[in-house]
Amino acid sequence: MDALDWARWQFGITTVYHFLFVPITIGLSFLVAGFQTAWVRAEKRGDPHAVRWLKLTKFYGKLFLINFAMGVVTGIVQEFQFGMNWSAYSRFVGDIFGAPLAIEALLAFFLESTFLGLWIFGWDKLPRKIHLACIWIAAFGTALSAYFILAANSFMQNPVGFKLNPETGRAELTDFGAVLTNKVTLVTFPHTLAGCFLTGGALVAGVALWHVMRKRPTGDADKDADRRAYRSALKVGGWTVLVATAALFVTGDTQGKIMTEVQPMKMAAAEALYETAQPAPFSLFTIGTLDGSEPIYSIEIPGLLSFLGTGSFDGQVQGINDLQAEYEQKFGPGSYTPIIPVTYWTFRLMITFGAIAGLFALWALWATRRGRTPRTRWLRWAGLSLPLLPLAANSVGWIFTEMGRQPWIVFSQLKTAQGVSPTVGVSEVITSLTVFTALYGVLAIVEVGLLLKYAKAGVPDVTPPPERPDKTDQPLAFAY
Amino acid sequence: MELTTVWFILIAILWTGYFVLEGFDFGVGMLLPVLGRAHGDRALAERRRRVLINTIGPVWDGNEVWVITAGGATFAAFPEWYATMFSAFYLPLLLILVALIVRGVAFEYRGTRDDPKWRRRWDACIVIGSVVPAFLWGVAFGNIVHGLKIRPKPLPNGPLEYVGSFWDLLNPYSVLAGVTMVLLFLTHGAIFLTLKTTGEVRDHARAVASKAGLLAALFAVAFFAFTFSYRSTGASIVLSVAAVAAFAASLSLIVVRKGQRPGTRKEGWAFAGTAAAIALTVVSLFVALWPNVFPSSLLPEWSLTAQNASSTPYTLKIMTWVAVVFTPLVLLYQGWTYWVFRKRIGVEHIPDGAH
Repeated sequence: MDALDWARWQFGITTVYHFLFVPITIGLSFLVAGFQTAWVRAEKRGDPHAVRWLKLTKFYGKLFLINFAMGVVTGIVQEFQFGMNWSAYSRFVGDIFGAPLAIEALLAFFLESTFLGLWIFGWDKLPRKIHLACIWIAAFGTALSAYFILAANSFMQNPVGFKLNPETGRAELTDFGAVLTNKVTLVTFPHTLAGCFLTGGALVAGVALWHVMRKRPTGDADKDADRRAYRSALKVGGWTVLVATAALFVTGDTQGKIMTEVQPMKMAAAEALYETAQPAPFSLFTIGTLDGSEPIYSIEIPGLLSFLGTGSFDGQVQGINDLQAEYEQKFGPGSYTPIIPVTYWTFRLMITFGAIAGLFALWALWATRRGRTPRTRWLRWAGLSLPLLPLAANSVGWIFTEMGRQPWIVFSQLKTAQGVSPTVGVSEVITSLTVFTALYGVLAIVEVGLLLKYAKAGVPDVTPPPERPDKTDQPLAFAY
Repeated sequence: MELTTVWFILIAILWTGYFVLEGFDFGVGMLLPVLGRAHGDRALAERRRRVLINTIGPVWDGNEVWVITAGGATFAAFPEWYATMFSAFYLPLLLILVALIVRGVAFEYRGTRDDPKWRRRWDACIVIGSVVPAFLWGVAFGNIVHGLKIRPKPLPNGPLEYVGSFWDLLNPYSVLAGVTMVLLFLTHGAIFLTLKTTGEVRDHARAVASKAGLLAALFAVAFFAFTFSYRSTGASIVLSVAAVAAFAASLSLIVVRKGQRPGTRKEGWAFAGTAAAIALTVVSLFVALWPNVFPSSLLPEWSLTAQNASSTPYTLKIMTWVAVVFTPLVLLYQGWTYWVFRKRIGVEHIPDGAH
């Protein structure tokens, strides 16, 4: 393996790892903000059970913060990595790609970090409504950040708003509005955001379900308050998952059509469709090699791929072989086909994991309807796997998106092999890859340990903070 | 003014903001083992550490975003500079990343388990995570000012790339720059603590600030003397002298006779003094660099400059608008955070059982 391969592995590992935390951060920040809003409003109404919402805010807020820390620190690597490992790429796209990245930092990261600091330490220092506004602003910041980074990524999938400067060999920005309203961005953003809500909702619901199935009604007033809290959380989380699943299917469908239009090879690779077909079937499952030879066994739904790709059940979908020939004509000799088993299976697994998460949430909601407490062991397992399924779906989804674009780093403009840093040697990349992998491994163990510890411990005992902070302005005390 | 000039200035501002702000939280991190002791009284030591961390708790993450923004802005405004610099500083940046990762996680995780061993480990991460980046940023800036082995690769017309090795980056001047940076931040952090804490922690912080400050002043003078020999203009010399003067003025406010304690006002001015000293230092280096951004030590024509490293005027124009609108907003709400958490903290404010 040469430096290019190592750099690709490093980018893959660090990015997939980073993106385990990002969707939890985005989804959970909004849900925690929602819990806190529910508390402020219930309190104002004089609801005697208002405190359950505060308990949920603190409980999931803690899980959120444990996760947020990891998202932040692994995010810095991402920004530096473009220059460190992909300097030729950075040169090529800097004029376009750098802008959303810088704007993301200036608009979103400052909002997130500053207002989250205020939220963590400000419970007793800020008036209730302003404190509540802080978590909403932080949540808004996370979504904003997603938008700009997806605008940058979408340029790599479907470059728009630029021209090539033959003198410098760089892509130069001609229309920033076009970059920000790239049709790939416009559909990827809601799809990704729905994935974040799926992740956040599944975490909330999964943890709550575990407690609901564990806690027996005891008659003890405190315990009953906790039970009530978990049931509310299960409902909120479960419904979030259901709505998000529906949104994922709708946006994913649109995305499929746009992908067929701008990156037909990716769609063909997702399907391992070698020959152009009209109508094209959707293959659910294949046993065999996926190399274009006759598979041993395969289940197909006639016409479905045509519908996904074109919106009509007998639309034409281009196959890999035709596209390969077409690209060779256009871009010169070479392979323009991604690794088919990777794209084929990641595409299927993404949909499968997401759909199972939706079904499990539906099951959990049904089993706990109108105060029922289910006993099935199966449901317990479903509950435990619920938070993990969206994470898996997110990961394979991104692996599909990025691997499906290969061999291009910027589709039709620059190949991945041309983007790597020419001055960074194999030993350097192996060093950094080893260091990151080892460090990330240790941190994963620590993080999961902490999440389990706090998830198990359950909702904390809380004393509602003062409505208005003390006039004497008590100094900052312990806050984490 | 040309937009490339504007962006050169804006990047200088971002780095200045980063070093002034993160400078003191690096300093506080380094001082954890020094000021977080209590002569064998473990419980008190724990409380003191908690006090130290809480002085920067709400703000350190926001401070760190300055460097992320500096990186992003360099990418957007000077892609050639970003590409060459980040790949040139590959291993130092790797170390900085590792340090910032363990540091960030440490702040958030050290209190999540009531176990002294657990806390000691994270405390070590905070110390390492504060010293290492401070030192290496110094090394990096030292190298930039000194000039690096940059040439077109491939010759004659390839992009300007760093062709030296990792060991070329560690030369006496860059190491001096690194140590100076560490000492400046240490002093800056100690003075920040005199302003933010009460009681013995405050007294101890002042004592440390005086000692570290004197050492930092010596190193800073040596650093500037070397810098003048490599790269200087009239303006950069004036700024450097002003930096030393501001630093000296700051120290004179902190060093007092035994048994006396300077008032909050004096501590405030002393902090303003170190902040100004750090800002002037960074600005003087950027002024000395202009119009280079990443100078070549092999041949001046091979240097990356604000001109040949920049984005197109169109991109710069968009970025200028974004910066002009949003930077003041960021300053406003970050400033507000400092106002919200302006009160001093003492061990008496740390509740029993907190960790």
